Amino acid sequence: MKAAVVLFPGSNCDRDTLVALERITGQKPAQVWHTQTDLPPADLVVLPGGFTYGDYLRAGAMAARSPVMAAVKKRAADGAYVLGICNGFQMLTETGLLPGALMRNAGLKFICKDVHLSVERNDTPFTRKYATGKPIRIPIAHHDGNYFTDDDTLARLEGEGRVAFRYVTKDGAPNEAANPNGSRGNIAGIYSDDMRVLGMMPHPERLIEPGLGGSDGRPLFEGLMEALS
Amino acid sequence: MSEAHIQKIPQADPAANEPEITPAIVAEHGFTEEEYARVLRALNRTPTMTELGVYSVMWSEHCSYKSSRVWLKQLPTTGPQVICGPGENAGIVDIGNGLAAVFKMESHNHPSFIEPYQGAATGVGGIMRDVFTMGARPIANLNALRFGAPEHEKTRHLVEGVVSGIGGYGNCFGVPTVGGEVEFDPAYNGNILVNAMCVGLADADNIFYAAASGIGNPVVYVGSKTGRDGIHGATMASAEFDDDSQEKRPTVQVGDPFTEKLLLEACLELMAEDDIVAIQDMGAAGLTSSAVEMAGKGNVGIELILDDVPVREDAMTAYEMLLSESQERMLMVLKPGREDAARAIFEKWQLDFAVIGTITDTGRMAVYHQGVLVADLPLDSLNDDAPLYERPYEFTVPPAPFDTANAPAPANAAQTLVQMVGSPALSSRRWIYEQYDHTIMADTLQRPGGDAGVVRVHNTNTALAVTVDVTPRYCKADPKEGGKQAVVETWRNLTATGAKPLAITDCMNFGNPQRPEIMGQFAGCILGMKEACEALDYPVVSGNVSLYNETNGTGILPTPGIGGIGLIDDARIYARMDGVKDGDDLILIGDEQGYLGQSLYLRDVLKLDLDKEGGAPPPVDLAAERRNGDFVRGLIATGRLSACHDLSDGGLYVAIAELCMASKIGAAFTLPKGIAAHAALFGEDQGRYIVALPASLTANALQAAEKAGVTARQLGTAGGDQLTGDGLDPISVSTLSEAHEGWFPTYMDATH
Repeated sequence: MKAAVVLFPGSNCDRDTLVALERITGQKPAQVWHTQTDLPPADLVVLPGGFTYGDYLRAGAMAARSPVMAAVKKRAADGAYVLGICNGFQMLTETGLLPGALMRNAGLKFICKDVHLSVERNDTPFTRKYATGKPIRIPIAHHDGNYFTDDDTLARLEGEGRVAFRYVTKDGAPNEAANPNGSRGNIAGIYSDDMRVLGMMPHPERLIEPGLGGSDGRPLFEGLMEALS
Repeated sequence: MSEAHIQKIPQADPAANEPEITPAIVAEHGFTEEEYARVLRALNRTPTMTELGVYSVMWSEHCSYKSSRVWLKQLPTTGPQVICGPGENAGIVDIGNGLAAVFKMESHNHPSFIEPYQGAATGVGGIMRDVFTMGARPIANLNALRFGAPEHEKTRHLVEGVVSGIGGYGNCFGVPTVGGEVEFDPAYNGNILVNAMCVGLADADNIFYAAASGIGNPVVYVGSKTGRDGIHGATMASAEFDDDSQEKRPTVQVGDPFTEKLLLEACLELMAEDDIVAIQDMGAAGLTSSAVEMAGKGNVGIELILDDVPVREDAMTAYEMLLSESQERMLMVLKPGREDAARAIFEKWQLDFAVIGTITDTGRMAVYHQGVLVADLPLDSLNDDAPLYERPYEFTVPPAPFDTANAPAPANAAQTLVQMVGSPALSSRRWIYEQYDHTIMADTLQRPGGDAGVVRVHNTNTALAVTVDVTPRYCKADPKEGGKQAVVETWRNLTATGAKPLAITDCMNFGNPQRPEIMGQFAGCILGMKEACEALDYPVVSGNVSLYNETNGTGILPTPGIGGIGLIDDARIYARMDGVKDGDDLILIGDEQGYLGQSLYLRDVLKLDLDKEGGAPPPVDLAAERRNGDFVRGLIATGRLSACHDLSDGGLYVAIAELCMASKIGAAFTLPKGIAAHAALFGEDQGRYIVALPASLTANALQAAEKAGVTARQLGTAGGDQLTGDGLDPISVSTLSEAHEGWFPTYMDATH
């Protein structure tokens, strides 16, 4: 699998993402600077977390209009897989590659903690190594992760099976107590209509080895590796 | 510029409408008569306004350490592990594998009280800049916060602002905030403390220093543009507060973490090349102090052309440009001919880059603005002539030891425990640390909430343990014992993770040094710290002094904050609090005296006035401390312990409860004979740890302790979901956790 990681000046999860990809795929991903207008050959394009250009405007809003994002859009249209994590998810909604918006957390505060997620389906390259019905534990760290979309879109996402991950309790219940940021439908991640673009707020790259307190992030990269090689 | 220029007499800044220098203006700049006389002697003429401004910031308490230096010199600063001690931007220790840890703690107290979000944010920004100026990538942040009484009208607002400011800056920059401490006390009602610590990682053979060299080398300005913010911040930080302090808001700087992140990446990219001679961040006193320090340390001279300084406001005067504390700026001296290569890197990161001067051989700082020489000052005078005060001091007379007979037992100790673990002093800090990104960089082994934060050293098998500690009520009662205790508590917290403590940074927060009793507190704390550092081979490698922490004449508690770092040789083998398993034995290491002096039990449960009735703080036995700690570290190194926790605030009962809450398991324990139960439960005797281990190993561990001359006893056994002890009501761990987790969010959510 060839992966390319897009770097913005304010990316700050880029190293963690590069390390996770390299450790799991055994290959160094390509790095693409935000001013580039085309991407190297890649099966997977990753938009890592961070603050792109400071995000003093809406998170990801400026990045969505950057030179490199035009190339990412084109590559997505050509059928490449795209993974946006945290700020990357925000960029994907801002570019329109995914529907909806990430608003300020309902509690108005930045939240960093481990959350439990349900894996809604495991027949995509992103989730094939997970079991459905068994919550996974992965950290979140964001200020703007409150997923919002209108009723129709929400119904469509649900109906088309495009919810990738939901915030749930340790026992798998998608209730209010498990929802850290006020997201509609406890949504933590969604797919595009062709299931090739995934945006998610939690950070799988931060928990890929037991020594760090968990490895539930690992199967996501392993699945991609298996499916896209 | 030519010789002819240098011999000219500096003139008024053509960009400013400068007043005559009058005694009133001199006084406004914070000079005493004697200090101003020194300026006149050094110059042999009246200074220009620009020069007066430069002198005032360089000789401010904040920059010159004029009250504290004579005492600071007594601290031990060397050891085989030390690469760089105090005097540079940060301290540096060797951590093996060709790597070095670069770290420092610094205060941002005054700005944070006036404007909590920006004050705290720029405090974090400043300390990170100190660290990456030396060539290190920041890998862990910590902070030590002190607020007034919870019920004080400003406290909630200040907590909210400071915490979001620290988070806002560190989260965007992308460094995990892995530890800290928070305390509430009415003594901080009018003067909170915000101390930020940063630890960075550098190649031991690629460290950058401030000393300029190379006559003719270009002086380069990089980073953000200069504005009018923060002018005289260093002077503000060197004065007491009064009711009009809110008027000082314009002296608080505004932070931009995104630009700081760009500056970090650009600097590290340039540092990988061989282009930099010297580098210094522009912190307190901005361009002035960085230029003066760089040239002064290198025993050279420096010439600055202010017209080339990137500015973001119109018509700035020389005075303003030299004294601005705009954030996210650096000054560098480059090797000749390297300007274009360096410029390309900064342009890639979309940062300003400007050659604004030259290194000279004059020993002076010459400053030009609009073609006019506006300042020409001897560097040795700016750096070394600052008056060094041997301020009169009166040592605190330590109170007599506390007599347990004066402390009644609680009606129900178990209920008292619930009250204590749910109190402002001991409740969980989750509300705070969940607002800080602590998992970024994917190397955090021990997140906030343990005895110390632990981060893996990227791409190695080692890890660093980091902690900040001090117990100000001990320091108030007996500064020397309190200073000692602050140092040993960091040492103990590091040890409790299994780390070998390497060195400390100090952040000395005190009141007005012109009052002999305050100077006595300062001196006492230093003497205690010195003793502890020496006994533990645990030197001070960097630090910061913040004086005049007073409002309307009321000083804070003496608060010598200590930040310690330690090395874990094998990142797979370290101890945590949350690993206690069903059936594990608990062993208590260290002597039990049941000494209640200055304890939280006296302050928060019995509500005694600690100044009058609290007695002496618990004594620190440095030899026992070292013996016990070395023993515990040895046990952890076997890799067979389930958990470890040190005993501090609240004593034995609180420590067991903390272990139980962290591990979500109950425990049954026994009390020692011959000590009143409440004294054994709540006394804060020093040098103690609890370790949890499989029962099969207990006999061996106790034997080993005896052999090492370490006091140890089997304390009890873990299991079930209740905490029980001799004669104590059983209490469920979930009840404890509820109280422990509940206080902070309930307090912050409440409205007036």
